[in-house]
Amino acid sequence: MAENGSGFVREIAHRVFAAELKESNLQAKEGQDQYSPQYLITPTGAKANRVFIVGTLTEKEDIGTDSEFWRGRIVDPTGAFFVSAGQYQPEAAQVLAKSAPPEFIAVIGKPTTFTTKEGNVLVSIRAESMHVVDGATRDRWVVETADLTTKRLVKLQGNEPDAVKAREHYSTNVEQYKAMVAMALGSMRAR
Amino acid sequence: MIEIAKQIEARFLELGVKVETSEINTMLDQLINKFKVPPEEARRNVTNHFLKKYNIPKTEFFTQRETPQVKASDIKEDGKWVTLRCKVVQLWETNHESLSQTGLLGDESGTVAFKKWTKANLPQVEEGKSYIFKNVATSEWQGRFSISLNKTTEIIPIPEDIKVGNTLVEFQGAIVDIQSGSGLIKRCPECKRALIKGACGEHGKVDGIYDLRVKAVMDNGEKVQDILMNREVTEAFTGIILDKAKEMATEALDQAVVLDVIKSKLVGRYYVVTGTKLDRFILVNSIKQDVKPIEEDIKRVLAATAAPVALEA
Repeated sequence: MAENGSGFVREIAHRVFAAELKESNLQAKEGQDQYSPQYLITPTGAKANRVFIVGTLTEKEDIGTDSEFWRGRIVDPTGAFFVSAGQYQPEAAQVLAKSAPPEFIAVIGKPTTFTTKEGNVLVSIRAESMHVVDGATRDRWVVETADLTTKRLVKLQGNEPDAVKAREHYSTNVEQYKAMVAMALGSMRAR
Repeated sequence: MIEIAKQIEARFLELGVKVETSEINTMLDQLINKFKVPPEEARRNVTNHFLKKYNIPKTEFFTQRETPQVKASDIKEDGKWVTLRCKVVQLWETNHESLSQTGLLGDESGTVAFKKWTKANLPQVEEGKSYIFKNVATSEWQGRFSISLNKTTEIIPIPEDIKVGNTLVEFQGAIVDIQSGSGLIKRCPECKRALIKGACGEHGKVDGIYDLRVKAVMDNGEKVQDILMNREVTEAFTGIILDKAKEMATEALDQAVVLDVIKSKLVGRYYVVTGTKLDRFILVNSIKQDVKPIEEDIKRVLAATAAPVALEA
């Protein structure tokens, strides 16, 4: 991992399909410090503090009252991501404000969870940066995410702590996720 | 303990001094067995005792030992004494008077930073020339290795030109961030360091020289890699040449516009970079958009999903 002298290590941007992120609700924190990073462990055992997604922006909306607060819906072959960008992510917010859906968009951001009154956990992505990209980039992302998800499914059978935690918490149905990957890839071939 | 005694005796014999074995043994025995001194510390103590007794200068005692010759990339341990055959790739400005020279040495295997102490009284080395550096000490700081030339070091110029190996590395992934200090920047005319708010860390307020560079972060979902693009690579890759960048900055009255444009061109897309490894960075020689057909990968991953997941545990 990249070490830059100060002991700070940049978090990897994990590749996760929308269908998997939607199911994620296991928070983890390393260390007791209030500034230790928060992680979201997904059903296939990705321990994500940051994600990288590419999909089609289909809807956007400014839900801010005083200042702008943008929310967008980004669709991949398996479902939809919710992405937000407010005053603390001015660059990402500007991109979202200027965009004209439908458009291919790449997002780097932090997964956050929100619990509704009914007790449902919603996952959305607080965008760090957001950029309009082309279709080829989106296709490459789908393939890469499929590949990495498959690798995680293999690891999920192993004894790594994240894999064990994910397995215990979600009792992940491996077949279901394999089918999701196959479906995502299948959608690329049809076109 | 007997081993240590023999070594000490043999070493002194080389210098023409016959030390009584029994004397060494008695001292070692007392230190190690009676006073519980660790063997290495005892060796040091006994050696020093005889050095003083026979009036042998320490430098003479320690220099003559041959240190193993190693390659620059083999330096992976702190506090080792080695000999290097290297070319002086670069000399840096020293930032303290106790250092007479600092810079980068290189051989076929790679490069390593060096520092030469003023107190060592060694001859100056020249950039581009090759030398044998006998007896240098390795040191480590936060995972990075360097060597220091001290007063026991010998520098022997050699008439050949050592080819400095730059093992090319390749990295594929998406650019996920462009770091501050990228785009149109100003450098200190004296030390070439990037200015922060118009001031150089070393030389204070200076009239900077414009330059273009990109410090970016690439990520393939499993590993993060920092990359560094110099002016040539940045110009060729973004299509923004330095003059154009200056124009853009003047027009917008803001240097940051260049960075914004670069960001919107690069971030979120897939690239293949090749270059040389430098600390945590890859110094980019070439960067291309990743256009490898994805059909192959689709087949491969589909095959993997169809197969039953292997049980590792």
